[in-house]
Amino acid sequence: MSQNKHLLSAADLSAEAAIEILDTAEGMSNVNEREIKKLPTLRGKTVVNLFFEDSTRTRISFELAAKRLSADVINFSAKGSSVSKGESLKDTAQTLEAMGADAVVIRHPASGAANVLAHSGWIGGSIVNAGDGTHEHPTQALLDAFTMRKRIHGSASTGKNLSGVKVAIVGDVLHSRVARSNLLLLNTLGAEVHFVAPPTLLPANPANWQAKLHYSLDETLKTEKPDVVMMLRVQGERMNASYFPSEREYSRIWGLNADRLALLKDTAILMHPGPMNRGLEIDAVAADSSKSTVLEQVANGVSVRMAVLFTLLSGERVSDAS
Amino acid sequence: MSSRTVLTSDDIDRAVTRIAHEILEANTALQKSGTANLVILGIPTRGVLLAERIAAAISKAEPEADVSQMLGRLDITMYRDDLASNPTRAITETSIPAQGIDDKVVVLVDDVLFSGRTIRAALDALNDFGRPRAVRLAVLVDRGHRELPIRADFVGKNLPTSREERIRVQLAEADGTNAVVIES
Amino acid sequence: MPANFILKSVSLPNGQIADIAITDDKISEIGLGLIGAEVIDCTGLVALPGLVDLHTHLREPGFEQSETIFTGSQAAALGGFTAVHAMANTMPVADTAGVVEQVAALGREAGYVDVYPIGAVTVGLNGTQLSEIGAMANSRAKVRVFSDDGKCVHDPVIMRRALEYVKAFGGVVAQHAQEPRLTEGAQMNEGRVSAELGLVGWPAVAEEAIIARDVLLAEHVGSRVHICHISTAGSVEIIRWAKARGIDVTAEVTPHHLLLTDELVRSYDSVYKVNPPLRTAEDVLAVRAALIDGTIDIIATDHAPHPIEAKDCEWNAAAFGMLGLETAASIAQEVLIESGKSSWQRVAEVLSHAPARIGADEEQGQELKVGSFANIAIIDPTAKRTIVAESASKSKNSPYIGLELPGRVMHTVYRGYFTVRDGLLASEGKKHD
Repeated sequence: MSQNKHLLSAADLSAEAAIEILDTAEGMSNVNEREIKKLPTLRGKTVVNLFFEDSTRTRISFELAAKRLSADVINFSAKGSSVSKGESLKDTAQTLEAMGADAVVIRHPASGAANVLAHSGWIGGSIVNAGDGTHEHPTQALLDAFTMRKRIHGSASTGKNLSGVKVAIVGDVLHSRVARSNLLLLNTLGAEVHFVAPPTLLPANPANWQAKLHYSLDETLKTEKPDVVMMLRVQGERMNASYFPSEREYSRIWGLNADRLALLKDTAILMHPGPMNRGLEIDAVAADSSKSTVLEQVANGVSVRMAVLFTLLSGERVSDAS
Repeated sequence: MSSRTVLTSDDIDRAVTRIAHEILEANTALQKSGTANLVILGIPTRGVLLAERIAAAISKAEPEADVSQMLGRLDITMYRDDLASNPTRAITETSIPAQGIDDKVVVLVDDVLFSGRTIRAALDALNDFGRPRAVRLAVLVDRGHRELPIRADFVGKNLPTSREERIRVQLAEADGTNAVVIES
Repeated sequence: MPANFILKSVSLPNGQIADIAITDDKISEIGLGLIGAEVIDCTGLVALPGLVDLHTHLREPGFEQSETIFTGSQAAALGGFTAVHAMANTMPVADTAGVVEQVAALGREAGYVDVYPIGAVTVGLNGTQLSEIGAMANSRAKVRVFSDDGKCVHDPVIMRRALEYVKAFGGVVAQHAQEPRLTEGAQMNEGRVSAELGLVGWPAVAEEAIIARDVLLAEHVGSRVHICHISTAGSVEIIRWAKARGIDVTAEVTPHHLLLTDELVRSYDSVYKVNPPLRTAEDVLAVRAALIDGTIDIIATDHAPHPIEAKDCEWNAAAFGMLGLETAASIAQEVLIESGKSSWQRVAEVLSHAPARIGADEEQGQELKVGSFANIAIIDPTAKRTIVAESASKSKNSPYIGLELPGRVMHTVYRGYFTVRDGLLASEGKKHD
């Protein structure tokens, strides 16, 4: 088991470590179905949710995860501003350290913020990256992998990876931390990753990416027949920066509508990290279909985050060699 | 390192059968029926195998009783008091019989009783599942050296040992053979 | 009259061993067995004409928390420099005779190097209105180099007018080539690494497109143009093409673009955040080859000090820029000498003769010969030093901390005065009368 102190990137996890977290999450999901949804495991530990970006859903998910493990939770919401030149990050971090945080879950608009926090020497506890700019969101990738595994193997999921599973991720890949983390974790678990997007929303130089890139969603669904189709949220602001001409054109060509839902094979599942732009990247008929895993992803998020907190905060501390 | 066998396969079978009968006897005294409101929970990993053997022995003694409804397993990893000082452990499955444990007589089953901390964790775990009428403990081997005020109700064999010695319980379902061995 | 100092048995750039005699502020004799009031043994050391930096940010007036003309001059002296050109993006911007005269006066008062102020091309660096180039050229500061560095003169009409107008004053426009719309919000080189790190990319084409436009404009109006901090292989190709065509263009490269790549950004340590950004290994090889073959004319440091709070934060919030004055000579040695691919004469050319020529510095960058001003840098080429955080600069944002670099500046002679002696900074500068 990796005794890494932080979870900053999906690349931090070997296949063994990732599967161990997913298996632990299985056990956690059983706790979440009991009447008393509580374990004493992290009693006395303090977990701080340090959110510099609005995100009620992810914050609540982490809060619930920590509380179910009996940890104390502090919620710190700050709107990071570039004008303040990042003093907010350093000063805030040092204040939390003085209060004694065992783990800091950080969401920040700047890519690399979690890395800077982990290696700055300002904080002694474990850092969990809950989303840094357009860089990574490793717990999202873990809960996505958990969801895929569960749908494919059901109650026999324990110990399994995602070998041979074809995953198509569709949407604003260029600006998506969910896409980047999924790319890394899915490859680690043996899946085959495909990206589908207009050329403007793919990076100019994807040479280091282990994935196949496509422009046409229809072609991809017909020829690749993916087992998983993951729709990414598209932001309207991208239209104003001329990444695509209009929402209408985007949803006509890259939206998961009823016709495309029908192209999916019977066993395929449809995923979305949320929140959804119904009518833009995904239509209601698809979002509400039996193939859709959107609500499971939310429930699985709590179990996976419990597993991550348990893994980071229990067990012998190996000295941080970096 | 030297090892000596203290229980043979036959010894283990006899112990299991005796424990099964003792459980039935005690339960009759409490509830007027041997298997009424009885729940048997094995503590992974070998406690689970022993619980299955005890349940099979109970079934042989009381053929009308449906022991499959009584049998379960209780993983106590998340309730251990030594999580911070040992490498992180993986957790295994917990399954409680559908009837639950409220107002039941719960018999915890483990292979070796030593410091008592495992059983303390099991009692904490049970607390989060409900409120049993009573909790009993059945172990194959009691080797002494308790660190907490915990005792077994049903014991296969009392084996005084020194702290440095290691007791290994081998059960065919997991280890290919049946024996209890002391290594020093 | 006996000489004040004899630099004994020093190695000249052409490899010849000689004694250099310094009397007052000039080189009075070069030969063997010379006598003077004080003899300094320079056996095994290399003498270069005092280094001239065509691109430095001294931050004063307005940003004295990062650097002042005094501390910047000291850092320059430690680096073997005897002259620096101070960029105009101060506060107030150096776009009037008043500000440039003040900067020059402060440089004189400090007394460690000649400080030649650079004048802004546009008022307040706004890119829309030419500044009083004539007034600055005719002032006591005698400005010849004009630049909006920090920002690009992106409006093609303004750039054309500037290229035309400076001809009247013997001046040159030094362009910071960065197409602003293609680099909005850019944080690092656009490439393989930026795709992984999720940082907004700064594509090479944003630099190359401006250079291509400006060399053609310079040709069209018959003016000369200087391109600041070339960083890409594509930019090198364009400069090479332009020179082959006879266009009067000169180009500079920074020490960091000769050494460091965008792989360093993976740590998200903002000491590596700079504009133009660190590029790929292929780009580094291309600019090195161009420096050696003459396509790139000079090394200029783009010394850009920043206070700790501007760098001790997440990448997006950090300022762009790195220190460079105290390590430039070592990096030149690494690229030109240690590689075995060039010579000390080339070092002298790219760090002294050529920058002085481009900047029209009449009393700097001269050949080491009798009658020249005694501006000399003496380097121990065999020394190896591990770069530490402490420096004469007020700021600490050096990307080389912990690295081992070759060479050490032992003495710096500024107009006959030792600003650096045995590796130590003089406690005060030269008193000018």
